[in-house]
Amino acid sequence: MSRIADAFKTARRQGRAAFIPYVTCGDPSLDRSIELAAALERAGADVLEFGVPFSDPMADGPTNQRAAERALARGTSLKQVLEVVREIRLRSQLAIVLFTYANPVVRFGIERFAEHAAASGVDGVLFTDVPAEEMAGFRPALRAARLDAIMLVTPTSNRARMKATARCGSGFLYLVSRTGVTGTQKDLDSDLAANVGTARKASRLPVAVGFGISTPDQVAKVAAIADGVVVGSAIVNEIAEEGDTDALAGRVETFAAPLARACRRSP
Amino acid sequence: MKTLPDKRGYFGEWGGTFVPETLMAPLDELERAYHRARRDRAFEARLKELLDRYVGRPTPLYQARRLSARLGGAMIWLKREDLCHTGAHKINNALGQALLACEMGKRRVIAETGAGQHGVATATAAALLGLECRVYMGAEDMRRQALNVYRMQLMGAEVMSVAGGAQTLKDAINEALRDWVTHVRSTHYILGSVLGPHPYPMMVRDFQSVIGRETMAQYRQIVRGLPDCIIACVGGGSNAAGIFSAFIPHTRVRLVGVEAGGRGPGPGNHAARFAGGGAPGVLHGTRTQVLQDEDGQVESTHSVSAGLDYPAVGPEHANWRDTGRVTYTTVDDAEALAAFHLLAETEGIVPALESAHAIAQAAKVAPGMALEANIIVNLSGRGDKDLEEVARVEREQS
Repeated sequence: MSRIADAFKTARRQGRAAFIPYVTCGDPSLDRSIELAAALERAGADVLEFGVPFSDPMADGPTNQRAAERALARGTSLKQVLEVVREIRLRSQLAIVLFTYANPVVRFGIERFAEHAAASGVDGVLFTDVPAEEMAGFRPALRAARLDAIMLVTPTSNRARMKATARCGSGFLYLVSRTGVTGTQKDLDSDLAANVGTARKASRLPVAVGFGISTPDQVAKVAAIADGVVVGSAIVNEIAEEGDTDALAGRVETFAAPLARACRRSP
Repeated sequence: MKTLPDKRGYFGEWGGTFVPETLMAPLDELERAYHRARRDRAFEARLKELLDRYVGRPTPLYQARRLSARLGGAMIWLKREDLCHTGAHKINNALGQALLACEMGKRRVIAETGAGQHGVATATAAALLGLECRVYMGAEDMRRQALNVYRMQLMGAEVMSVAGGAQTLKDAINEALRDWVTHVRSTHYILGSVLGPHPYPMMVRDFQSVIGRETMAQYRQIVRGLPDCIIACVGGGSNAAGIFSAFIPHTRVRLVGVEAGGRGPGPGNHAARFAGGGAPGVLHGTRTQVLQDEDGQVESTHSVSAGLDYPAVGPEHANWRDTGRVTYTTVDDAEALAAFHLLAETEGIVPALESAHAIAQAAKVAPGMALEANIIVNLSGRGDKDLEEVARVEREQS
């Protein structure tokens, strides 16, 4: 069984939703990303989403755009992201998903990318800008390398689209909580429960919810209805505020721990 | 000949639909609305009426005798898209899409703009049809094209300055896409070129294809037969696709697309995707030729003309390049500026800096061609918007 499937199974057995933090790799540096992965694991992460920085992140809000700019200013490349994963894998069995735009992977070469990613210890890949219709160009290479393809479904996906999309994926199904780009928000979308319900009917995969979830209170609400909760921009904000310091990992661990605890469902 | 794109929006190996899942439903809705509209006589009649009586079509096919005499060699004809209402071909597409937005019940439209011409065209169409309008424009382009910013505001559009990245067209498209993802249910994105996810490259080409159809009919009436060569500048490539499309099956007509050579070779100095080292990639929803580094990061570009300052190119152009049907070449900043002056002096016509690239290419090849040969240049826009910037650039150089 894949590390991702395993992580969801363990969380379910323990009566909680999987906690899935996101950080942009290379922000503020490659070494700090390794420290941050360890800190987030200590805080209770079940799956780590690692962002591959891209020059034109059209699906991201300002927080993650700035993070990508910081990482790119340091010269972070896809190759280096894979090296960071290899480094993390030496000490950890934390499930890792790469969150990437298509272009860096297309440029790297999809087959070559899949082989290198799997060899580095990556478990799954999520393409922000590759819908089910275009997965034919990516799926065979991922499958051959035994990488999970994490597919996104959204409030604008009808049931047929959700089904077709889920069929392209494995590991888990990522439900975007609202229409819009990544970033924090005050209130969760009122249709969220209904959308989780539609996603569940469309697929047997665990359903994780992301985009705009930033507080323990919001995490708890999502954890009550979904199998996993993704928190991204809120953590990236902490990283941006602290910057490249020795206190960074500790600060992020302290910030993430209550989010992880909020994934436990009250009996 | 098979009509392209195929059902998945591909022109050969180029094109497709590389967007966040949220946009798949509106793209599907758009494609259906577009096909429905094309079969709907009332829609076609309404669009034709606006093009004839509001835009001022057909635009003239003008024989540039003094320009041709100055250069020697082939006769140069100008397809006068600069005489369209708002001063460029962009209005052909903006009106078509704004009418589609009304058909889909969307009362808010957004657009990106580089030189400002597409933004002005969209703001105009929105004013005419009573739609709410927001235009995204790079901060650097807002500086270069201040007059167009005011024109858009005058027509009630909200112009949003985009400070990210290089602050040019590419970054304006990123921001427009983010707006669309967020307001997808109420908003139609009027994309201004033959770029982006399917169905945009097809739809924008079709709305611009009126240029090529008119040109062919006018040429047949005035000269008979077919021209030897057609030249158009290529940023995203909408004016070129518009005039080329009618002539694609007529293989004896040589078709030439002109990219921005900028300051010369080297990353960041130009916007020559074909001639200057672009590689296959995915940008703004489509698989095409993209200027990028070896890590797949999109490179910044430079051109004196904001409308050509873009790192990717319409996917159909990538296919035309592959099949050899269209030849792509470059004209640099200095050559474009010289052509800007040349056309003003010889014909009393001030071309947009984008179109000046096409004029410059005609000036290069005409002298080597026979006197009986005929070249048509798509004069895609007028240069009023560029006067201040040209004056500034020339002050700096002197």
